[in-house]
Amino acid sequence: MTTLKTDSRTVLIAVLTAAAAGVLFGIGLGISGMGRPTKVLAFLDVSGAWDPSLAFVMAGAIGVHSLAVVAAKRRERTALGGVFHWPKPAAVDRALLVGAAVFGVGWGLGGFCPGPALLGAASGNATSIVFVAAMTAGMTARHVSARRAAAAGTS
Amino acid sequence: MESFTPIASLFGGVLIGLAASILLLFHGRVAGIAGILGETLRGDGTRGEGVFRAAFLVGLIAAGIALRLLYPAAFAGAGSSSAASIGLVAIAGLLVGYGTRLGSGCTSGHGVCGISRMSKRSIAATMTFIAAGGVTIFVIRHVIGVGR
Repeated sequence: MTTLKTDSRTVLIAVLTAAAAGVLFGIGLGISGMGRPTKVLAFLDVSGAWDPSLAFVMAGAIGVHSLAVVAAKRRERTALGGVFHWPKPAAVDRALLVGAAVFGVGWGLGGFCPGPALLGAASGNATSIVFVAAMTAGMTARHVSARRAAAAGTS
Repeated sequence: MESFTPIASLFGGVLIGLAASILLLFHGRVAGIAGILGETLRGDGTRGEGVFRAAFLVGLIAAGIALRLLYPAAFAGAGSSSAASIGLVAIAGLLVGYGTRLGSGCTSGHGVCGISRMSKRSIAATMTFIAAGGVTIFVIRHVIGVGR
């Protein structure tokens, strides 16, 4: 890591801001309707009784966050003195599209994506807990196959 | 039948955007839930990264508990998703877990953070997963004809 100041005050602010972001993210998901799979599916099912609400969730989130991106691009360092971990530029490749398609099929089957599923599991909802258990297994399966491919010298 | 909730959804979206902005401006990180959870499971990265991810996840879990107590309607119907059968929920979870890691992101990482950066990869991924989700629910409800 680069010169991120690690005095105790900075660490405390880092932990508190990350936790606050988690709380805000979760409350936002809950208020927006993303925690309700039937509502998510009503958005995806355009030929049924279509509910466009989720487009408003995206509009609100992107509207605010794109301003933060503009602010961040003007800065060399984060508010805590660290570096920005921008995703490395890369081409649209097969893994991206196949992965997104596989995710989309799973999303359309259950109406759960990762954030709302975690939130629902934390609320004690049994269906969400089953989903999260299976999702972590799916993630681990990908980690294992990626590690094997790396060891075999392919990507 | 779901009712259209533009104000609540827009406001919830604004909060999600604010949360993502805190992560970017204080931590220089992308608020992708699949990435944060996946990297936690994999256990890679520095100690600082681990602490940051754990703190975020603890906050998200606290929000889930708080919503259950204060606004349980946030999860209305979560136990009876259209497909209902627990086996199908498990298959959906496997696909979402594998797909989000292979495709480097989910609704938050690509759909919110990536589109806010105008990333071509994220725009392509978001169009792909929304289309795949739409085709899937179309087939379930209107071709096979269940879960309506």
